[in-house]
Amino acid sequence: MQTTMDNDIIKPENLVYGKSKVLTDTVMHYCPGCTHGVVHKIIAEVIEEMDIQDRTIGVCPVGCAVFAYKYIDIDWQQAAHGRAPALATATKRLYPDKYVFTYQGDGDLASIGTAEIIHACNRGENIVVIFINNAIYGMTGGQMAPTTLLGMKTATTPYGRKAELNGYPLKITELVAQLEGTCYVTRQSAQNPASVRKAKKAIRKAFENTTQKKGTSFIEIVAACNSNWKMAPVKANKWMEENMFPFYPLGDLKDR
Amino acid sequence: MAEKLLKKGNEAIALAAIRYGVDGYFGYPITPQSEVMETLMEEMPWETTGMVVLQAESETSSINMLYGGACCGKKVMTSSSSPGISLMCEGISYMAGSELPCLVVNVTRGGPGLGTIQPSQGDYFQAVKGGGHGDYKTIVLAPASVQEMYDFVGTGFDLAFKYRMPAMILSDGAIGQMMEKVELRPQVQRLTDKEIAEKYGDWATTGKSGRKANFISSLALEARDMEQINLRLQAKYRLIEETEVLFEKHLCDDAEYLLVAFGSSARICESTVEMARSKGIRMGLLRPITLFPFPTRIIQAMLPQLKGIMSVELSAGQMVEDIRLAVNGAVPVEFFGKMGGIVFSPEEVLNAFTAKFNL
Repeated sequence: MQTTMDNDIIKPENLVYGKSKVLTDTVMHYCPGCTHGVVHKIIAEVIEEMDIQDRTIGVCPVGCAVFAYKYIDIDWQQAAHGRAPALATATKRLYPDKYVFTYQGDGDLASIGTAEIIHACNRGENIVVIFINNAIYGMTGGQMAPTTLLGMKTATTPYGRKAELNGYPLKITELVAQLEGTCYVTRQSAQNPASVRKAKKAIRKAFENTTQKKGTSFIEIVAACNSNWKMAPVKANKWMEENMFPFYPLGDLKDR
Repeated sequence: MAEKLLKKGNEAIALAAIRYGVDGYFGYPITPQSEVMETLMEEMPWETTGMVVLQAESETSSINMLYGGACCGKKVMTSSSSPGISLMCEGISYMAGSELPCLVVNVTRGGPGLGTIQPSQGDYFQAVKGGGHGDYKTIVLAPASVQEMYDFVGTGFDLAFKYRMPAMILSDGAIGQMMEKVELRPQVQRLTDKEIAEKYGDWATTGKSGRKANFISSLALEARDMEQINLRLQAKYRLIEETEVLFEKHLCDDAEYLLVAFGSSARICESTVEMARSKGIRMGLLRPITLFPFPTRIIQAMLPQLKGIMSVELSAGQMVEDIRLAVNGAVPVEFFGKMGGIVFSPEEVLNAFTAKFNL
C-alpha cells in the first residue's frame, strides 16, 4: 500500500516542484544551513526560466563560492581574489550579447576587490553582481570581513570587532547605489520562502536589465554563515534577522 | 607599395594591435608607454575593426580584464612599464596557471620602486623567471627597433595562442620613445564570435551553446592534480625551449670574443663591435630575440671558437646569469652594465671589454 502511494507521488503530473536543469547533480560542498546553496538554486532557476543557459557566463570569486562552477551548468571563469568585476567587464564588452554576472562574497567584493567593484559599477558595465554578505570570511575559517558587525566575534576579532581597532562595517551597497553607473541596487535575503521569492525576482530583473544597457545591477544578499558564526542553522538565521537586518536593511536602494 | 610611417615604438605597438586583429586592449597610463593607449584612443578601432579599448582603474584591473577576455578566446593585450608590470604579476601567474593566451608589453623603466622614467633592462629577471608566484614562464620577446615593436605584436600573439600562455614584449623606454620608419602589415581580420566558438570551443567560455560547459580556473586543491598541471606546463616550456628560440648574430662567424645584448643594448653594441673590429679585435654580437626561451644552445655551439663573452645590459647584471649557466665555466663570462636609467655609449662598452679581457 505504501509503495503504491510513493509511486503515485512521483508521477510527473503530481510534481509541483523540481530541481532546475541548470543545476548540476554535484553534491555541494557548502555547510548545512549556508545561504550559498539557496542563492545558487535561484540563479539557476532564473537562467532556466529566461532560457539563457547557452548565453550566460559566470565569474566566480575566491572564497566559499570558488566552486560555483561545479553546481551551475554554464560557462564559468574563476577570478583571482576580488577581481571578478574586471573579468566580467572584459567579457561583457567583448561579448555584448551574452549575459555576464559575478558572484562574490564580502571579503572578495568589499575588501580586496573594492577598486574593481566600484569602477565596474561606475563605468556602468552591463553586468549583474551577486554579492553574498555573511559578515565573515568563510573559506579561510571565519576571519573578520569588511562587513563584520561591531562587537561581532571572529577568528581575527576574538574579543569582538572594535571600531577603534578595526574600523567600521562597510555598507558597500549604499556606496554603490550612489554611482551613476548602477541602474538597480537592492539588498535581499534568502532565509525563508518569502525572502527567497523576492530575491529570485530581484535576480531575474537584474539579468533582464543587462540586455537593456541600463548599467550595472547589484544585488546584495544578506546571508548566514552558521558554521563560522558557530550557531545552529535556525539560530543563525534568527541572529541574522535580529542583528544583520537592522544594520543592513533589506529593500531596493535604487531602481531606474 | 609598402605602407611606411615614421612612428614611435609605442605608437607602433598600437598600430600593430589594430592591424593584427586584436580584440581588446586594456591599460592604465604610465610613463614611458602611455602613447600606446593614447594612439589607440585616437585611432578609434572600435569603429573600424571592432576592437575594444578600455582605460582601466589600475594595472591590477587591466591584467584581470585580460584574464576575462582571454577566457573567452579573444585576442587581448595590455601595455605598461615596470611598476605597473609588478602589479600585473599576480594576474600573469593566474593566466599561466589557467593556460590562457595574452600579450603584455613592458616598456621598461629604471627601478626599483617608483624609480625613474628613463630606459632600463632591470626587469629581465621578472620577465624570464616568472615574476609572479609559482613555477611558470612567459614567452618573452625583446625588440630592438620600432619595426620589431610592431612585428612582435603578431609574433607574440601567434606564440601565445599556439601554446596557450601569456607572451610578453620586453622593451624599454628608449625603444618605446624613439622614432623610426615602420612598415605596416596588411590588416588581419578579427575572428568572429562563431569562429572563436568553433576554434576554441574545447576550452573558451563563450557560452555553452551546443557543448558541455567550460570553466577556466588555476585552482586544483588536490596536490596530485596540481602536480599534473605543473608537469604539463613544464613539458610545454621544454618544447618551447626546443623549438621557438629566436636570435640574431652579428659578425659572429670568425669571432673570438662575443658580446651578448638584447633590445636597445644590442643596438649600442653593434657600434662597439665595429669599433673593436677596426682595432683588430675579432668581436661578434649575439642578440637574443626570445629571452625565454633563451638561446642557450646557440651560445654553447659557439664556445669552441670563443675566448670570452661579455653580457651588456642596462641593469646590475641579470641575463649574464643565464649566459653563465649556458657556458658552465667553459670560457670567462664578464658583465658590463649601467643602472637607474643611465645608458652606456659604444665606447664605454668597448673600454669595459678591453679592461676586463686585458686587451
